[in-house]
Formats: sequence, C-alpha cells, structure tokens
Amino acid sequence: MKIGVLALQGAFQEHQNMLESLGAETFQIRQYKDLNTKFDGLILPGGESTTIYKLLSELNMLDDLRNKIQNGLPVFGTCAGLILLSKKIKNQSTTALSTMDIECSRNAYGRQLGSFSVNSNFADIGEVPMVFIRAPYITQVNANDVEILAKIDGKIVAAKQKNQLVTAFHPELTNNIKVHSYFLNNIINMSK
Amino acid sequence: MSNRYELNKNLAQMLKGGVIMDVTTPEQAKIAEASGACAVMALERIPADIRAAGGVSRMSDPKMIKGIQNAVSIPVMAKCRIGHFVEAQILQALEIDYIDESEVLTPADNINHIDKTKFQVPFVCGARNLGEALRRIAEGASMIRSKGEAGTGDIVQAVSHMRAINGDINKIAAMREDELFVAAKNMQVPYELIEYVHKNKKLPVVNFSAGGVATPADAALMVHLGAEGVFVGSGIFKSGNPEKRATAIVKAVTNYNDPDMIAKLSEDLGEAMVGINEDEIKILMAERGQ
Repeated sequence: MKIGVLALQGAFQEHQNMLESLGAETFQIRQYKDLNTKFDGLILPGGESTTIYKLLSELNMLDDLRNKIQNGLPVFGTCAGLILLSKKIKNQSTTALSTMDIECSRNAYGRQLGSFSVNSNFADIGEVPMVFIRAPYITQVNANDVEILAKIDGKIVAAKQKNQLVTAFHPELTNNIKVHSYFLNNIINMSK
Repeated sequence: MSNRYELNKNLAQMLKGGVIMDVTTPEQAKIAEASGACAVMALERIPADIRAAGGVSRMSDPKMIKGIQNAVSIPVMAKCRIGHFVEAQILQALEIDYIDESEVLTPADNINHIDKTKFQVPFVCGARNLGEALRRIAEGASMIRSKGEAGTGDIVQAVSHMRAINGDINKIAAMREDELFVAAKNMQVPYELIEYVHKNKKLPVVNFSAGGVATPADAALMVHLGAEGVFVGSGIFKSGNPEKRATAIVKAVTNYNDPDMIAKLSEDLGEAMVGINEDEIKILMAERGQ
C-alpha cells in the first residue's frame, strides 16, 4: 500500500513515520509532477492551512487533488488538512479543496495558550490521545453521510464521509497508532 | 508544565517547512500571510533599521502587537530582550503564540537568560552551536533557530551556525557512551540533553535558520544544510517587491531540492536588500547571550 503525504509545509514527516511503522509505503508530494505517481491514499498533514493553500494554488495542484478525492481517493486530513477539505469555513469566504460536507471554525480554541491534549473516545476503537494545537473544530455537518467519530465537550473533532477522514487533533504527534490504522483499515481497505 | 512544554514543542512542529517573516505593521502582516508565511514576527523595527538607528532596542509596543494579532489568522510571535522576563510576561499577557528571546534586541542581562520553564507560552532562542542550543533548551526553549547575523542580508553566519550545530550533533552521536559525561561538562549543558542528542542524532526541538536570508536561494541553501524552516527578517520588506519575493522564498523552502523551479522563481524579483558584509558592521548581534 502506497500513501502520498502532502509535504508542502507542516508536520508531514511525523505522518510518514507513523504510516511506515504500520507497514505502509509513503512518499512526499511537493509539486505537481509528484501527483503522477500512483497511490492508494493521501495524507493532508497539520501545518498552517493558509500556507498550504497558498502553495497548492501557486503550484497548480488544487484541481488535480480535488478531482482525485472526488473520484474516491481515500484521504486523511489532520488539523490544517481538515480545513483544506471543508466545504465551508466560518468567517472566511475562500475554501481550498472543498470536498467534504462540513463547516469548520479555524483557531476555534484560540491562540497557543488554548492548545491542549486529552484522552477521549474515537469511533469504535476506544480511547486515544488527542493533541490540539491552535486547532479547528467542526461546527456543522451538512450531509447525511457525514459520520461523527469523536466529540470533545460537545464539539465535533473527528468525522468521515465516504473516502474522507478528518481529525481536528494530531494523532501523528503521539505514539498511538490507532487512528492511522483506522485510516488504513476502515477508509482505504473499505474503498477497494 | 511538562504537558504544556510538549504542546509548545508541537506548535514548532506545525511550523516546519515554513517561512516566518518579520513584520512591523498590520499591512505588512497581511502581505506576509497572503504570501504564505506560516507565522509572523511582530517587531517595531526590522533588524536592518535597528542597526541603522543604533541605541537601545526593546520589546515592541503592545498596541502594535495587538494590531498585528487582529490582522492575521496565522501564529504571531514577538521578541523580548535577552534576560528581560518582565517583557516576556507582558508578551504572555498578550497571549502571543511564541516569544523570541532575541539577540537582535539590546540584551537586558549580560549573564542570565530568562527562566523559560516558568512560562506557559513557548520560547524560541538563537544559537551558534550545540552548546548554546542545549543551554537554551535546558532553560525551557521549545524551539531553536541559528542566530546568523540579523539585518545584514549576508548568509555567511547562518551557514556557519547551522553547520556548527549539526557538526556538533554528529560528533556527539559518534561518541562512546562513556565520553558523554565530559562532553556535557565541556559544553556546559545537562548530561540528559547530551544523552538525547547521542541517541537521536538531533536536537530535542525543532531547529530553524535565521539571520541574513535575502533570496530564495539563501532559504533553499539553509534547508539543504538541515534547517527545518526559515526566519526571514529584513530580507523581505527591505527589498523591491516584498510580496513576490516572500512568495518565492516560501516556494523555495518547499521545493529546495528542485533547482529548475528555484531558477524560475528567482527571476525578476526586483532588487534584493542591499545588505552589508558581516565584517563591515560594528555590532555583532550573534555574540550577545551565549
């Protein structure tokens, strides 16, 4: 299994380390020509969503990636990745890939002093450590097939819609592999 | 505290592969954000102007910092003087995302740095070699940057500091375990940090490059030499076309390994900052705070 990791900016290496520890092969996507490689899944890592969006459009990668996702490419977005996939962003008119029927709020927990970590339940895999860094959360789901996977204090922090998985937190910053296994087993293998 | 320290190191991880730009007004901050900066550093005067103006250089006016915080959605950093923990307390009260305890400002203490373990907000500090980097980490820094020589547009010091840090790391990694005690003594750093470097062949925190980056090629050079991201100070807003240059530097950091792309994006950027050579200047900021 080969996973492309968007490596424009942010914590992409951490995702690669985690996926490789699970036996998946990974490669970095840094520019348009990297999209010609055949791959089974895509990671949109944490970082600054405005930076990643700027680079996606500067490097002419937006349309191609959007098409791939709309055509069923399994994708896992963490934090900034969640924002890139959202069809609506609170207090912001521009969206990036805009493929998932959710609305999110950026920096929803405030500045760095609002960053936190907590152990909580994720879907049916039980408790996982969740690290939130200047994180967003999902304010609304706008389609029946969006499945809510985790909530913290009533706020939605993880969801899936068909081939798309998003978390507001960073499983790649912990040493718990459960959420990445969930992506490989429940999103990629199910879509085959 | 330890959980907060982890979260603060984590924020630095999110900045990796990015460019942090010095800005002095909300308008510049918006240009930086639109150009793809992963964070901005709010300061009253960019280092080149601090050099030109001379005198004592201090933390910026909180009102100016708030203006920049309100103008952008990306993380906002700000500088305090070395050892000036009250300036740092003020920046924490402003809920700044990162404090740079910086040699670019006039030091407030010639002996002690701030005890950064007493703070909730994260700190980044400059270093010229592994000893400096590990001393700052022992004091609580959750991110390191090479010092370079700020405000010069001359990359030579950033290069030698990055090479020194990584050269020292390689030496520690190659040592026998029984040699680490003396290495810690000679470097004047805690043994535990030397042990970490020996085992992991890297710093325990993210390491950026700073001081003297003026072109996309400079930025790509620093990433090749091991920088996990780049601070650009005077290089952007002292140049002919800040927005275009800023975007080009952001792209060069991501695709540092693609000379064809860097050649293209280096075209037609307008005038680079004029720059001064390190041996032409009177004040070596990098010597402050060892």
